[in-house]
Amino acid sequence: MRTVPGGRAADPGRRRFLGFLVAAPTLAAAAELGLGGSTPAYAALPSGPQPPEIYDLNDMLTDAARATSNLITVVINTDGTASFELPRSENGQGITTSTAMLIAEELDLPVDRVKVTLAPARPELVFNQLTGGSNTTVSTFTPIRVAAAIAKGALLDAAALELGDTVANLTTKAGVVEAPGGRTVSYGDLAAKAAVSSPRRVEVELTTKRDYTVIGTPQNRLDARAAVTGAKQYTLDLDVPDAKPTMICRAPTLNGKPKAIRNRAAVEAMPGITDVALVPTGVAVRGETFGQCIDAVRALDVSWIDGTVAGQSDATVLKALRAAEVPLVVPKLGPLVKTVDADFTFWFRSNSSLEPNCAIADVRKDGAEVWGACKSPITAAEEIATMLGMAPTAVKFHVMEGGGSFGRKLFYDAAVEAAQCSKAIGKPVRLMWHRTDDSRVGRTHPMATTRIRASYAAGEVLTYEQRHTSVKTDFGHGLGEIITALAGKLPVGDIGFSQTIFALTQEVPYNFGATNQLLNEVDLGFNTSSMRNIYSPDVAAARELVVDQLAKKLGKDPYRFRREFTKSERARAVLDKVAQAGSWGRSMAPGTAQGIALHKEYKGVNAVLVEIDCRPGTVNRTVRDGVTGPRVTKVVMAVDVGLAINPRGLEAQMQGGIMDGLANMLTSSLHLQDGAFLEGSWDNYFYTREWNVPPVVEVHIMPSDSEEPGGAGEFGVASTGAAVVCAFARATGTMPTSFPLQHTKPLAFTPKTRIPPVPESPTDGLDHTY
Amino acid sequence: MPNHSFMLNGEKVTVDVEDGVRLLWVLRDVLGVRGPKYGCGINVCKACTSHVNGKAFNPCSVPVEKIGETDEITTIEGLPGTVGADLHPMQEAWIDRDVAQCGYCQPGQIMAAVAVVNKAKAEGREVTDADLDQIRNICRCGTYTRIREAVKAGAAHM
Repeated sequence: MRTVPGGRAADPGRRRFLGFLVAAPTLAAAAELGLGGSTPAYAALPSGPQPPEIYDLNDMLTDAARATSNLITVVINTDGTASFELPRSENGQGITTSTAMLIAEELDLPVDRVKVTLAPARPELVFNQLTGGSNTTVSTFTPIRVAAAIAKGALLDAAALELGDTVANLTTKAGVVEAPGGRTVSYGDLAAKAAVSSPRRVEVELTTKRDYTVIGTPQNRLDARAAVTGAKQYTLDLDVPDAKPTMICRAPTLNGKPKAIRNRAAVEAMPGITDVALVPTGVAVRGETFGQCIDAVRALDVSWIDGTVAGQSDATVLKALRAAEVPLVVPKLGPLVKTVDADFTFWFRSNSSLEPNCAIADVRKDGAEVWGACKSPITAAEEIATMLGMAPTAVKFHVMEGGGSFGRKLFYDAAVEAAQCSKAIGKPVRLMWHRTDDSRVGRTHPMATTRIRASYAAGEVLTYEQRHTSVKTDFGHGLGEIITALAGKLPVGDIGFSQTIFALTQEVPYNFGATNQLLNEVDLGFNTSSMRNIYSPDVAAARELVVDQLAKKLGKDPYRFRREFTKSERARAVLDKVAQAGSWGRSMAPGTAQGIALHKEYKGVNAVLVEIDCRPGTVNRTVRDGVTGPRVTKVVMAVDVGLAINPRGLEAQMQGGIMDGLANMLTSSLHLQDGAFLEGSWDNYFYTREWNVPPVVEVHIMPSDSEEPGGAGEFGVASTGAAVVCAFARATGTMPTSFPLQHTKPLAFTPKTRIPPVPESPTDGLDHTY
Repeated sequence: MPNHSFMLNGEKVTVDVEDGVRLLWVLRDVLGVRGPKYGCGINVCKACTSHVNGKAFNPCSVPVEKIGETDEITTIEGLPGTVGADLHPMQEAWIDRDVAQCGYCQPGQIMAAVAVVNKAKAEGREVTDADLDQIRNICRCGTYTRIREAVKAGAAHM
């Protein structure tokens, strides 16, 4: 039980927040979503620290979210539950659960009685409905708690009347208010009585960290039961009347366009097929089942116009990147100063989630409704409205829970296509991409090179220079608009979208003298986006490999070198934690080794220690249609994110990031050949599988004095990948320079056909039961 | 169109659908059973893993006419029914370990896990790390560490 001062007994040391009681049938309390955090002004960029140390991507997203004056509302229902529509996108990162925890904390209500759903596109929120950059909790932490605290105050006011006592004498427990003597009234009974008929501005204080009973405790996901019983509803599980299965037959080269259908009548006559229509990205078929749509896509005979990268291959893209590389500026500094020069290549990777691109659309003459998982629904609705020639308000975008995102759902390619299909056919459609299309045509993490020059003398690192040259990353999902709007405020000058993101995220966490990292991009017509982080996994892997080189040149142990050169005490603490928990320096068999890496981002810091086995017996394991190679046998991570809202969810995000880190560096990539990507299946694109999974994975969450949460979703990836490549270099005695390692080995699969664009559905499933 | 009958989650169902339609689409698009997920349609990702007569299989790769009238198809929705409880011990273990992230692959993961454990038990042994290494179900959220813990924990109660 907790005594509640109701935020009324003013504590001069505590910050007070303003919010509203909103006119509604039951109690509804609201806060401005842009509330919270402090807004330091930056007149000039000090010469020492890099931009992320003073103002990082999270600050930018939080500031963008702060600018809107629109409200998010916690509602108390007559059944005693609270409900809240979160204007963000849940794709597995656990934000519906952590948001419920914030509300439960302030309301003194069990977490499972807080119902968090996803808000549809709300154009009035402007920049405040973009999910990305691991920013959700950072930007919503204060406003959600303010709304809940205001609701709690109103419940207590109503309870005081009901119970004939003063608010100061009341206590709350699990959704029930109790007066001295044992008389009680439930939140459900107060829900209507506490409602107001006209809006009212209210001041409130928030529960402080020392009084937290929910925040910081491990909680299982609220949707866990729905997920394991098959009841959780994704876009393709939704029944929208007459929205029949629809698929698209696509061109043999990336982004090719259809010219003409040569056998429309024959395909229209196929079993189950209801419609065939030309759409901008191919030929749409609509039918009774997706299986019949697959057959129809395979049967279509279409003439095509070549796509945006016709004739291109890995080698031509690499050549274009090389041509765009800007020189390293630090000259060779004379006989006493030595340099480490390194040059790395990172090949294309796919950010496909397991749920393929999909959306439901119902386009009518006067408006449209769209259903899909989307992290930028306002931009999506606007683009669809423009495409349909409708006012933005005529398009309603329902945000569904997604089956994974990893950056893919920042975009809404399937939603736009579904609207195009529904318009062309004149009926509602349930559009699904075939996995082969999702892999070949879906967005990719761009190919890049990174060059580093570091100079050292007399036991010190004097300069660190990194030039990252990348195929252009598409930020056309709303983030570009945020950057434009905040341009005057950013500490990086007028340097363009991608360079801004790069400058606001990349930080060398070491005292390496004059430090300088730059991005250069070339637009080659690929479909790109971020992939569980944007630049960091590649930039950090290259950096940490060079850090190991520097340590070696200066005669120091990789762990102790990092410890000595890092700028931050928090970094030293995570390094010490993994070194101790992972027994850094223990004796290892030849062909096996440890690696250690450090990464700072999202207002947090993490370190990873891995052990890798590169012995022939392990590397040469055979798995049917799989890639084995070196096996990471152990991962020990220590992470400091500041205040961890839900340690159990944070651990899950780190564990997932670890699997991505492995895949990035060891196995998973896309091969471009003659204008198209070859990989068309999960047995071609080698994301981490069970036979690659480290048998030991430990995540240590560092205690923190911080009262503010940091980002989590992407944070495990960069440090893990970096530690893996450092371990590989130490186990084999060779520094790798091309990632993933698998990419330049002989192709480990037979590419599927380009025409037809999707493979035949197998018929031998009963031969493989177990 | 021909009629096809089979046992689904303990009850006889009859569907009116053309020969050749793979069972996954009969389940999802005709019968509205949405637990088995599409992730590839070519028996690779295993997101649709279900059971036929108690053994794991992938309905994306079985034409409906290959399923006979007495064949028992069990999807994630019918798994608790096989043990006469609200939840199967493997589902309990999954909840207890908080395995799911996005959740999309998890019905298939659980159906595969139950089959792997049943197979080991039929061979008179415990499920091993080598067994787990052979599971082909993909999880793009990377929940493998908790999956491995949950399979072993669930096995202890099967």
